[in-house]
Amino acid sequence: MNNDKKCYLGEMPSANPIIYHKEKCIGCNRCVNICQVDLFIPNPEKGKPPIVLYPGECWYCGCCVMECPIEGAITLRHPLMNQVHWVEKDKLIKNKEEK
Amino acid sequence: MNNIEWPYPLEWDSEERIDTDVLVLGGGIAGCMAAIAAARKGQQVVLIEKGATKRSGAGGSGCDHWESAATNPCSKVTPEEITLAMLDDNQGYNNGISHYIECKEGYDRLLDIEKMGGKIRDTKNEFAGAQFRDEDTKLMFAYDYENKFTLRIWGSTFKPAMYDELRRLGVKIYDRVMVTSLLMEGGKQGGRCIGATGMHTRTGKFFIFRGKASIMCMSRPARIWLFSADLPGLCEFRPTQCIGDGHAMGWRAGAEFTMMEKSVGAEFSASGRSYPPYGAGNNHNTWYGTSLIDSEGKEIPYADRDGNLLNNVSDRFKPSKGQKFFMKGGSIDYPKYEIEGPETLSFAKMIEAGYKLPFYADLSKLPELERKVIWGMMIGEEGKTKVPIYKNYKDAGFDPEKHVIQCYGTGWTSADFLPQERQLFGLPGGFMNDWTLGTNLKGLYVAGDSLFASNCYGHAATTGYYAGRHGAEYAAANTLTEIDATQVEQEKNRIYAPIRNEPHNSIGWKELNAAISKTMQNYCGEIKRDELLNIGLLRLKEYEKKVIPNTFAYNPHELTRLLEVFDILEVSQLIVHSCLARKSSAKPLCFYRGDEKEQDQEKENKFITIKQKSQKIEIGGKPLDYFGNLKENYENHNKDYIRRCKDEQ
Ligand SMILES: Cc1cc2nc3c(=O)[nH]c(=O)nc-3n(C[C@H](O)[C@H](O)[C@H](O)COP(=O)(O)OP(=O)(O)OC[C@H]3O[C@@H](n4cnc5c(N)ncnc54)[C@H](O)[C@@H]3O)c2cc1C
Ligand code: SF4
Ligand code: SF4
Repeated sequence: MNNDKKCYLGEMPSANPIIYHKEKCIGCNRCVNICQVDLFIPNPEKGKPPIVLYPGECWYCGCCVMECPIEGAITLRHPLMNQVHWVEKDKLIKNKEEK
Repeated sequence: MNNIEWPYPLEWDSEERIDTDVLVLGGGIAGCMAAIAAARKGQQVVLIEKGATKRSGAGGSGCDHWESAATNPCSKVTPEEITLAMLDDNQGYNNGISHYIECKEGYDRLLDIEKMGGKIRDTKNEFAGAQFRDEDTKLMFAYDYENKFTLRIWGSTFKPAMYDELRRLGVKIYDRVMVTSLLMEGGKQGGRCIGATGMHTRTGKFFIFRGKASIMCMSRPARIWLFSADLPGLCEFRPTQCIGDGHAMGWRAGAEFTMMEKSVGAEFSASGRSYPPYGAGNNHNTWYGTSLIDSEGKEIPYADRDGNLLNNVSDRFKPSKGQKFFMKGGSIDYPKYEIEGPETLSFAKMIEAGYKLPFYADLSKLPELERKVIWGMMIGEEGKTKVPIYKNYKDAGFDPEKHVIQCYGTGWTSADFLPQERQLFGLPGGFMNDWTLGTNLKGLYVAGDSLFASNCYGHAATTGYYAGRHGAEYAAANTLTEIDATQVEQEKNRIYAPIRNEPHNSIGWKELNAAISKTMQNYCGEIKRDELLNIGLLRLKEYEKKVIPNTFAYNPHELTRLLEVFDILEVSQLIVHSCLARKSSAKPLCFYRGDEKEQDQEKENKFITIKQKSQKIEIGGKPLDYFGNLKENYENHNKDYIRRCKDEQ
């Protein structure tokens, strides 16, 4: 939560493809250097998670996650509109029977 | 604009000169294999890549199918048979030379990549006993299990293995350098290619590369008709930075192109309209053979090409009665009857028969190894699936034995698009090639998806290696040439001009790309007419003359994106010129005219070629069978290679 009673300027991104988990990331920048689109920059503070400078340019290939040495330090997430639906097959059949 | 300071040193003003024997432009699949081949021939090699070679390109994160490896020990078809089927399927509008190379040398490259550390067979016996696995070689096959020419592979291991091999061979890799132009002898359009210029995408530094031979491996254009300023990375199927720089600089340098009038209605991954590739319900490609059910759980039957219903899952992977082989399952490209594989009943028939929407892909009832190979091997090894699909769906609770995934649209396209929303997809146009994969420009070779009518990973790897071999031979017989200072100066002026403009009253890369795409949709949409094409051309020229001088970029990254859009503008013009050159409709090129005269059709049944010479556009033609006898020509041009392969056996 924003507790410091301040607001900041910036344009709202249309997607947030990359989520860093601060407590796990060691700031090694391997993700920065593998990304073919080059949408990150290293954090000016050494050891901190990189900055996602151009989130809209993400191609959603997952190479940054594949390259990360720390399990769970970085997550890739498809934009909400691209999240696919799945259901339990049994439910489909049950729905039919109930009709 | 936020107030974070650019973290890299700014080197707009500095210049580095590099000399080598063979220059490889683009470090995707074709580029890596080209560099490996040239280095193995004893040449000094420099590879220039805009991203990071270890994972760059369309196939960087993975690949699950290697198509048409006709010489693998289990194959029951010959390279000639498959190549001829591909040519016939497109009524001759296909690249006979490059696809013959794909069929002929695909298995050689697979063995090569295996030696480098890539995984091409089921060494852990996870799929022992499966119908698609050969028990002796442990190779695994897809689609046609009887003829066994398309392999299932662990493609996520390939690119890092190639990267290690490049370093082992001493190839000098320049990552994060965008190639911006080809350098020509005497600065002349249409002359000999003697090198290339580049710009560092983080520091802005300028590079002058000299090579005795250069190999074009920058894939194909994109974002011509489709653009989203918000999510540019989701506009197209191919990586964000792969937009056809190679075609643009080739066109400026005088290279010859063909089939650039071909575009298809958008199918895949455009502007986020569709769903993540391989991540929604379907039964094509990676998901081939999957069962489809309707929203009440009723299974939709598969049928063979004659409409006979197939009762067993295993029949989905067999040719039909009297058919020698089939190419791919499904009607992705509406294949001809001769090579058409099994497919679920057509969408219209299913609706008529009372199946209820939406449909779902259902892995739960497949034989266990079929399910495991699709969910866990193919989904996992296929590009863009290991993390965003396999891992993320699993983490969110998806269980292939229990859940079914929804289909959108009417199948593999996963969305419906407007007719003017077009793409260079399937087998689009590109650089014209001869039997050495040489272009009309001396010293310039071409491979992978830069070639006309090209597609696929195995095709890129084989043509890359082949062009690398022939480029190396050319390099060995030639010397380095003095660079034309005027050409270099002009290029520097061109690429650095935008950083001198004021942001507050200038135009950025997104605004320009959006304008180009809209222009192309309006004037070069599904149905072509000279009147519209000519106005489209005027608009594009206006952008070139009036808008480009007023563009800006905040930093080297944005300058890279902007230079890409300059190239998109160049390629758009090449496309419109190519459309103007073809006067009649041509179905295999998905090219339709609203203003044709019938008599044109017959005489235009050929490759129309296009190039620039002394700033003038030259239109030419080549017969559809210009490549001659496949086997004879291949053997004549590859005596050394054939001899060496024999020696190794
Ligand atoms: C998600 C996905 C899945 C796929 N799955 C399969 C599959 O299972 N089987 C199959 O056969 N095919 C598959 N393909 C297609 C296959 O990956 C491509 O056909 C193949 O990678 C083309 O190789 P290429 O070397 O021509 O291009 P790429 O591998 O895309 O490489 C082009 C390279 O050029 C670089 N480049 C571009 N412009 C410049 C510049 N100006 N300067 C420097 N470098 C530049 C790019 O950064 C890139 O690295 C898939 C494609 C995608 C996108
Ligand atoms: S690779 Fe992983 S640990 Fe390293 S900076 Fe990126 S997220 Fe953090
Ligand atoms: S998913 Fe791919 S494109 Fe997106 S940030 Fe990661 S490496 Fe870059």
